[in-house]
Amino acid sequence: MNFAIVTDNLGRVYKIRGGKKTEPRELVALQDVQLQVKQGELFGLLGPNGAGKTTLIKILTTLLAPTMGQATVAGYDVVRQAEKVRPRINMVSGGESSGYGLLTVRENLWMFAQFYGIPSAVANWRIRELLKIVGMSDRINTKSSDLSTGLRQKMNIVRGFLTDPEVLFLDEPTLGLDVGASRDVRLFIREWVNQDPRRTLLLTTHYMVEADELCDRVAIINQGRVLACDTPESLKNRLQKEVLFRMQVSPLDSTQADTFESLPGVRKVTHRAFDGYAVLELILEQDDALGSVVNLMTTQNIHILNLQKREPTLEDVFVDLVGRSMEEVEKSGYSEGNQ
Amino acid sequence: MNQSRTSTDLQTVLRQEVEKSAGWRLFIQTVIARAYPRIIGQQREKSWMFFDIFLPIMAVSAYVFVYRAIQAPEDYVGFVIMGGAMTAFWMNVLWSMSSQLYWEKETGNLALYIMAPNSMMAILLGMALGGIVATTLRAGVIVVLGSLLFRVSYAVVSFPQLLAVFILAMVALYGMGMMFASVYLLLSREAWHISNLAQEPVYLLSGFYFPIKNFNFWVALGASVIPLTLGLDAMRQLAFKTGASLGFLSVNMELGILLGLSILFLLAARFLLRYMEKLAIREGRLTESRR
Repeated sequence: MNFAIVTDNLGRVYKIRGGKKTEPRELVALQDVQLQVKQGELFGLLGPNGAGKTTLIKILTTLLAPTMGQATVAGYDVVRQAEKVRPRINMVSGGESSGYGLLTVRENLWMFAQFYGIPSAVANWRIRELLKIVGMSDRINTKSSDLSTGLRQKMNIVRGFLTDPEVLFLDEPTLGLDVGASRDVRLFIREWVNQDPRRTLLLTTHYMVEADELCDRVAIINQGRVLACDTPESLKNRLQKEVLFRMQVSPLDSTQADTFESLPGVRKVTHRAFDGYAVLELILEQDDALGSVVNLMTTQNIHILNLQKREPTLEDVFVDLVGRSMEEVEKSGYSEGNQ
Repeated sequence: MNQSRTSTDLQTVLRQEVEKSAGWRLFIQTVIARAYPRIIGQQREKSWMFFDIFLPIMAVSAYVFVYRAIQAPEDYVGFVIMGGAMTAFWMNVLWSMSSQLYWEKETGNLALYIMAPNSMMAILLGMALGGIVATTLRAGVIVVLGSLLFRVSYAVVSFPQLLAVFILAMVALYGMGMMFASVYLLLSREAWHISNLAQEPVYLLSGFYFPIKNFNFWVALGASVIPLTLGLDAMRQLAFKTGASLGFLSVNMELGILLGLSILFLLAARFLLRYMEKLAIREGRLTESRR
């Protein structure tokens, strides 16, 4: 089997410089990452902000050296053979503001195509065609400084596909895009991978639906460690023996929500507060446990507004692995620094 | 994607095998592509006419009036006009070469440059070439306007030599800019302060508004490390009546030193760029300013 990306005990520790008198402190951004991404695969890295996804992408795109372990991309070592890796890859990050505002969309894209050695005529043809596909033909001569965030991101995405890389890295590609544009981008990504079995795409996202809908396999990453790696279906199947309920209830605080977790048969409870109500996501070992939850709610004068039994999602897998929802992890302020 | 597109169109572009050049062809393509935004893009920002022409003319005018008030030799007016034109190159090297990689890091372009198969030397050369072309236009306008305004008379001894001095001064100056750009690769916000700090002293040391012969020999020799110092001195000797009488060293010697500086700075830029790139990748400072 051909692997497009292989990482072996990959890790990265940053040294954060303090003041003149303080010693630099160490920040572990990535730890013992073992991944094997097959050629032709659309692979997802799913994790909250600060989980280490961007650090991993930077290492794989030769922009950052690992402090431990090694990695290969397209069969070449990312540190020792960076010059062999670079012609074969490209990367697009969500919300990036690359290029020059004074240049038009076509000129910016042409410039980046030249850095990969694509002849001007071929580059210009591909730019026109790709812009048609993303619905930006009418903006080909617009200065990139005059583009909206969404259009700018579409231009960045075209830049990534323009050079027809063997391995494409998309770091939160739909960040800042509206629902329709995100769906379009996802469709295009899937189509691009499907068209040639030699193409591989690694996508980082913190949108569960995106990972679920798009990826052949997903690695869930948190605090620099890969916690699980499998197909979205297999990951969700891990929770098949559990029962999942979504409850809409009258307002309650997180301390109250935590008390439900101590009930027998209740594995995890996550709580989200909204204006005038709260939503509890319950992972129960069996249906019977719901009775004790309802009883406790009654004693605490919490009213159930809606109750729904549902299928597991990748969000539930994340909660099961980490103990908290992705939103809670992000709110708790854990961060590996500025990724 | 656009619903009006048929899946056949999509598949055509998605299936296309893209031919890519490498080696020298890629190097030249990169130089041209990186020069493009400087040459074309900058002309679209019309404010340069005010900032890069009107303001330098104002600064030059002040010196012209001082020299005329003290009845200095009339060639001093020409010296000042030429110096004023050359400040455009120094500003360009300082703000758009040396500190450019810092700005590129901030916008995310640097990561894309490093990640692409092109050579970073080609990127720097493109920046330099674009800078020279765009700034020559500005400097030319300053010389023409200043000369007309203050009725400067030239007595060019040798056009080929004048051109050779200008070209060598530019190669050495932009070579120095490329070298500094490599060093600035690791800097964060201090890049701005360093450029600010370096701006004015070079106006003085390179003799933008007076002949450096007025300096002590050793000070003038030390200042000759900045390519504009000898470049300006030699160009003044070749373009004005006073000729060698107000020059620091002979034109040929200055040409030789400029050639040496060009080679030294370009080699140093190449070495430092490789070293700094490796260091930045190791320390994680290619995309981050704060670590």
